[in-house]
Amino acid sequence: MTKNNIESKVVLMQGNEAVARGAIDAGVNFFAGYPITPSTEIAEICSVELPKRGGKFIQMEDEIASISAIIGASLAGAKTMTATSGPGFSLMQEGIGFAKMTETPCVVVNVMRGGPSTGLPTKPSQADIMQTRWGNHGDAPAIVLYPDSVLESYELAIRAVNLSEKYRTCVVLLLDEVLGHMREAVTLPDLAKVKIINRIKPTIPPEWYKHYEDNPKYIHPLASYGEGYRFHVTGLAHDAYGFPTNRADETAVMMERLDKKIKHHLNDLVQIESFYMDDARTAIFAAGISARAAKTAVLMARKSGKKVGLLRPLTIWPFPDDAIRKYMKNVRNIFVPELNQGQLLNEVKRAMGGVWNYESRRSRKIIPIQKNDGQLITPADIINKMKEVK
Amino acid sequence: MQKIPQKIIHTRYLRHRKKFPHVWCPGCSNGIVLGAIMRAIDELKWKRSNTAMVSGIGCSSRMPVYVDFNTLHSLHGRAIAYATGIKMFKPEMNVMVVTGDGDATAIGGNHFIHAARRNIDLTVILINNYIYGMTGGQYSPTTPTGDIATTTPYGNIDPVFDICELAMGAGATFVARTTAYHALEAQSFIKQALEHKGFSLVEIISACPVIYGKLNKKGDAIAMMNAMKKNAVSLKAWEKLPEDKLKGKIKRGILRNEIRPEYTDEYAKLVQKVQGGK
Ligand SMILES: Cc1ncc(C[n+]2csc(CCOP(=O)(O)OP(=O)(O)O)c2C)c(N)n1
Ligand code: SF4
Ligand SMILES: [Mg+2]
Repeated sequence: MTKNNIESKVVLMQGNEAVARGAIDAGVNFFAGYPITPSTEIAEICSVELPKRGGKFIQMEDEIASISAIIGASLAGAKTMTATSGPGFSLMQEGIGFAKMTETPCVVVNVMRGGPSTGLPTKPSQADIMQTRWGNHGDAPAIVLYPDSVLESYELAIRAVNLSEKYRTCVVLLLDEVLGHMREAVTLPDLAKVKIINRIKPTIPPEWYKHYEDNPKYIHPLASYGEGYRFHVTGLAHDAYGFPTNRADETAVMMERLDKKIKHHLNDLVQIESFYMDDARTAIFAAGISARAAKTAVLMARKSGKKVGLLRPLTIWPFPDDAIRKYMKNVRNIFVPELNQGQLLNEVKRAMGGVWNYESRRSRKIIPIQKNDGQLITPADIINKMKEVK
Repeated sequence: MQKIPQKIIHTRYLRHRKKFPHVWCPGCSNGIVLGAIMRAIDELKWKRSNTAMVSGIGCSSRMPVYVDFNTLHSLHGRAIAYATGIKMFKPEMNVMVVTGDGDATAIGGNHFIHAARRNIDLTVILINNYIYGMTGGQYSPTTPTGDIATTTPYGNIDPVFDICELAMGAGATFVARTTAYHALEAQSFIKQALEHKGFSLVEIISACPVIYGKLNKKGDAIAMMNAMKKNAVSLKAWEKLPEDKLKGKIKRGILRNEIRPEYTDEYAKLVQKVQGGK
């Protein structure tokens, strides 16, 4: 690669911009949204870039309309995305459930801000972690990705689109307010080498096509409206053709598929970063912006000879239970810094409690470090807490 | 208007697989509207594969599952927003929405007015039965003042929406109203609305004898149909009626038919401009 070539790929970019670029590079050609701080730049960039590439952008009348429009467009064959923040994310929940239930690919970006309600529009928060898991009513697993840098925002935006196409579901990309607006120099990967996944299309004749045909991998081809496969889509419980059903056996098959198509592919879905974990005696479990502070804290602690490591989920749902159990086996204390009142903490406890009752073992603790006043957790906050807990 | 035997229409457009009998009560008007839609489409010779029917939630919104188009039974109130996504991405498709008075003008009112404002090429067929049928008879924005619903046990004090006026105020470019009794007129209005380039609305006043009719002592389905026959007057007749005779009457006819730039066309032009064309 020539020097020139390399230089042309290093760019100064905001997290929100990275998300928009990543999504478009992954093939998103339809965006519907409604402005809200701190996610608005994503819509603005899509409004500029999509028409240049023959894609479509539309600003809808609200977030409910936005999620509806992207699901409609996805059924017509588009790769779709919308972006929002807390209040808008709440409004989208019914639609997200519809996308999961109907197995329609789409990506929802939630650039988190302080809540509840209008909260702190321009301050960071990590309090939507549970909403991304349990926000829609009814049982349905979630795929949620969570970057901690601008470059990773670009990469995970691509991955979010890929996973939504592959698993026929709504994938949520969580972003921190600070990251959305932070500028970093990033070296974008060579797009030719980036793997782009497109939904599987049916190859059988339309008369034989079953929109929800079961198969051992729980993932099935998706036709598009307007291409000869005239299928039915409903949010009601449905059979293999997509027709409504009240039958317990057909409903059970459907519910099992929604669940299993995630649980059977954990290896593909779960991504974690382990940072100095190999010999760690003390661990930090953190995601997103708090993981950045944690990384600095790890390096500071290592400098003074302490065996501290960080485990960071890039996929927060499905939750990396197995990875936590594996990496934390020989760890004494686990610190969980987060900008909420314990949403990750409780999951870590659950994951650890599942194998052996971690905390009942003498002198092993899972320790919260929490803020929810719009301020970030600093490396010093983490170091100080570690000194406190012996 | 050609007459095509009902049977042929049925085999052409109804789904052969599995989905009958339908969910509607005896005497319900929804089936009449479905018939009118299928005949209108047959007249237009539209390809089923290039046609989408999108609905929200309600008795009326149960329609798509029966027809052999690209069908989407979406969420309560959201049909027009889902349809907007389909039409925007594939403007070459014919996209219609079947919805109810509650679906389109209560929970979905926002989408209804904004789609009309954009003048996006959707055809909305709104079955107005003056009630929330599916949930058992609560009042809707069109339940007449004074009427009984399960949630207006002492009589409805809400003023009502005139849905066609609402659509016209919001910018719809084709607006028509008729009743389920006037089934052939419904077919003709639907056909014209489907052909119309831009946002079109056909409001079809319908009978829900089982719930609205019963609660308000309107008699059986036949009595309700006769009432429609009597009370729905054509535009011409309406204009001749003196003010004091208008009470309780329904204005039938094409209330607006005009051309205004259509949204997906405008977007296509924008794309061309951005890409450097003229
Ligand atoms: C978000 C939401 N709220 C409420 C309901 C319950 N609900 C289902 S249908 C309906 C009313 C339908 O009335 P209308 O649109 O007039 O249709 P009809 O049944 O009269 O044809 C309601 C309130 C729902 N399904 N979803
Ligand atoms: S409740 Fe009324 S609107 Fe619903 S199917 Fe029965 S008659 Fe028709
Ligand atoms: Mg109704």
